[in-house]
Amino acid sequence: MSERRSRSEGTGRSRSESGSGSSTARRPGTYGDYGGQYVPEALMPAITELDDAYERYVRSNAGGFMDEFASRIADFGGRPTPLQYAEELSDRYDFDVYLKREDLLHGGAHKLNNALGQCLLAKYMGKERIVAETGAGQHGTATAMAAAHLGLDCEIYMGTRDIRRQRPNVFRMRLNGAEVNPVTAGRGTLKEAISETMRDWATTVEDTHYVIGSVVGPHPFPAMVRDFQRVIADEIREQSEEKFDSLPSSVVACAGGGSNTMGAFAAFAGDAENGDAATDTADTADGADTSAVGLFAVEAGGSSLSVDEDRGVAPNSASLSTGSEGVLHGARTKLLQDGHGQIMESHSISSGLDYAGVGPELAHLVDTGRVQAVSVDDDRALEAFHRLSQNEGIIPALETAHAIAWLDDADPEAVGDRVVVNVSGRGDKDLESALEETAKRDLDIAPDMDVFDAEAMTNGSSDIDVEDESR
Amino acid sequence: MSAIGAAFADEPAFVPYLAVGDPDADASVEYVRALERGGADVIELGLPFSEPIAEGPTIQDAVVRSLDGGMTPAAFFETVSRLDVDVPLVCMTYYNLIYQFGRRTSGDPGPEAFVERAAEVGIDGFVVPDLPAEEAGPLRTACDEHDLDLIFIVAPTTRGERLERIMARVSGYVYVQARLGVTGARADVSTRTAASLDRLADWDVPKAVGFGITTGDHAREVVAAGADGVIVGSVLVDLIAEGNEAGDPVETVADRLEAKARELKQGALDGATSKTGVEADGGAGPETGAERESGTELGTETEVGGRTQAGTGTDAGTRPERK
Repeated sequence: MSERRSRSEGTGRSRSESGSGSSTARRPGTYGDYGGQYVPEALMPAITELDDAYERYVRSNAGGFMDEFASRIADFGGRPTPLQYAEELSDRYDFDVYLKREDLLHGGAHKLNNALGQCLLAKYMGKERIVAETGAGQHGTATAMAAAHLGLDCEIYMGTRDIRRQRPNVFRMRLNGAEVNPVTAGRGTLKEAISETMRDWATTVEDTHYVIGSVVGPHPFPAMVRDFQRVIADEIREQSEEKFDSLPSSVVACAGGGSNTMGAFAAFAGDAENGDAATDTADTADGADTSAVGLFAVEAGGSSLSVDEDRGVAPNSASLSTGSEGVLHGARTKLLQDGHGQIMESHSISSGLDYAGVGPELAHLVDTGRVQAVSVDDDRALEAFHRLSQNEGIIPALETAHAIAWLDDADPEAVGDRVVVNVSGRGDKDLESALEETAKRDLDIAPDMDVFDAEAMTNGSSDIDVEDESR
Repeated sequence: MSAIGAAFADEPAFVPYLAVGDPDADASVEYVRALERGGADVIELGLPFSEPIAEGPTIQDAVVRSLDGGMTPAAFFETVSRLDVDVPLVCMTYYNLIYQFGRRTSGDPGPEAFVERAAEVGIDGFVVPDLPAEEAGPLRTACDEHDLDLIFIVAPTTRGERLERIMARVSGYVYVQARLGVTGARADVSTRTAASLDRLADWDVPKAVGFGITTGDHAREVVAAGADGVIVGSVLVDLIAEGNEAGDPVETVADRLEAKARELKQGALDGATSKTGVEADGGAGPETGAERESGTELGTETEVGGRTQAGTGTDAGTRPERK
């Protein structure tokens, strides 16, 4: 079929995919070769309904929907979040580093932007129940908070492995009144949780909305989630003008599914969706040339960028850097898959990046060269986690730590003199696993935790061997 | 008329499903034979995909067993080519496997290579649960090129324009999803089935109902409500799983499958009788039905009308029209 794709960038899609009767119809929600709506028929009417609601409420602000969203995300969520000059990081590099503090959003991550937007949309659509998947638990907690705030029933699907890795977030979801349903299939991570949430939705679609947590899934989800997250980029733009009277030279964000990435890039990337008049042309009304802003998506390199085809395991989550085109969870996009098309088990130290797919729009932006995909492995992410905690007083999410770590690789020529890093979330949820992973490694920067041993000794556990030489 | 169309022509069809390679390819060959002996008119052969989003726990587990046993698209085709049955075969799988087969075999991703290979080994049609009509253009085209049918699922939520769009692309039979949700054995027949069948009544295409049909009694009810066939998967996959768990020989499991197939086929036949008013509703329970010899005989007739005519099946791919 690829030979039929000789279609120029940004025009309506006229491939034969539309079949008889409507061969020239524009396919909504396609980004180059990616996107689309690959879902069971039972869900299609709901997706069509959602697409209508997205056009009406989100894109056209019917009933003042976007105004209500802006008001609630400010008052309930705490927007705008600061754009902070990072002194230690700026000293470390030959460029200034600014941190977009999404970790200060209510709930501790950018996830609330999308969760609140979708829960509010569900309410406008008359849905009474919310289901959502979660990996790191940040989307689950954000959805549970938003659902509680708006008076909606909420059930979260979460892989059993992630439940173990992210206990604090499980407590938070339960405290907000959400049910948490463990998913035991596969490795028990995000991929399986998404599949299971889709199964729930296929059963309950008439009264339930699926709040998908990233810019993935069938259209309109990738576009809609981007639009709710776009507030990050809009604020970066405005705050950059205020602070240094120009656009940033580059924006850096970690990428799993890609919602904080697309959120941070949306005001700079141009509109990649086919068939739409370009609403975000590179040269905007205020004359700023957003096309000059470098965009860097930092993926999780895990322990290695190679794959084990026989075991069906990719020890990373770098689908932009190493994946190939395929169809998963409702969209055509870049995937970690074996040669047959079976989806591989991904890996990352960070649950939130641990996914075998990526948003179709982001995949397209990487293909066109507008966004550069880079990666950072587990070890370096962990090192950056400690460094930001000690030097800037910010404990970042392990996801965010990948973006911070990549600054070491950044060519000053390429990133320019003012680099904004999206701090997608705070690291409180990661404390247990960060300490555990640190203990496995010999990291110079990591603080010792002898204090626990000392306390154990005073409690009579004299058999603990305190290593004096480390202090 | 295509082989698949012929399988529905004379009497209600029994369409069993199993996941190929569960627990291994040799067993699947035996199980397919057993289903044919039990009266299957069309057999849906599942090619396992790692993310089966339309499946309930039973078939998810079968997929895991099959993939753990090393099943691949190439092995699937090899297994199908070994089948010596006379009923039409439908491949049920997810789109990524169809799409990637092209990349693997010819360097060109897309459904063409998969469909070509399927036609070579004797597949007559496809069901692809994650491929709605909107995305099905390339697969439909490839099926037309090889005279194969493309079956679409119609859900309880499918109506109006969507139904028309599906009818413009479907051939072989319409898979009427009896209830919302995922596959899996159920205790009763969904009340939404009759309404779904009513919406389809005007179209001259066989309507096969699936999702949750577990007993001969269910099959009878569904056919009495207007279905032209019944699709049954999870309860058969359960028999395979239980046999596997207990370490029973393949022949023993095959016998159980055959017996269950007879029950379901007989239920479907009884449903047709009660629909036409020859026999009062509720007169034939599934147990009675399963023991009747007529089930086998009718099954044999269908075979004659089925695959043997496949060679002349120039009409595969014909879209339904309104009556």
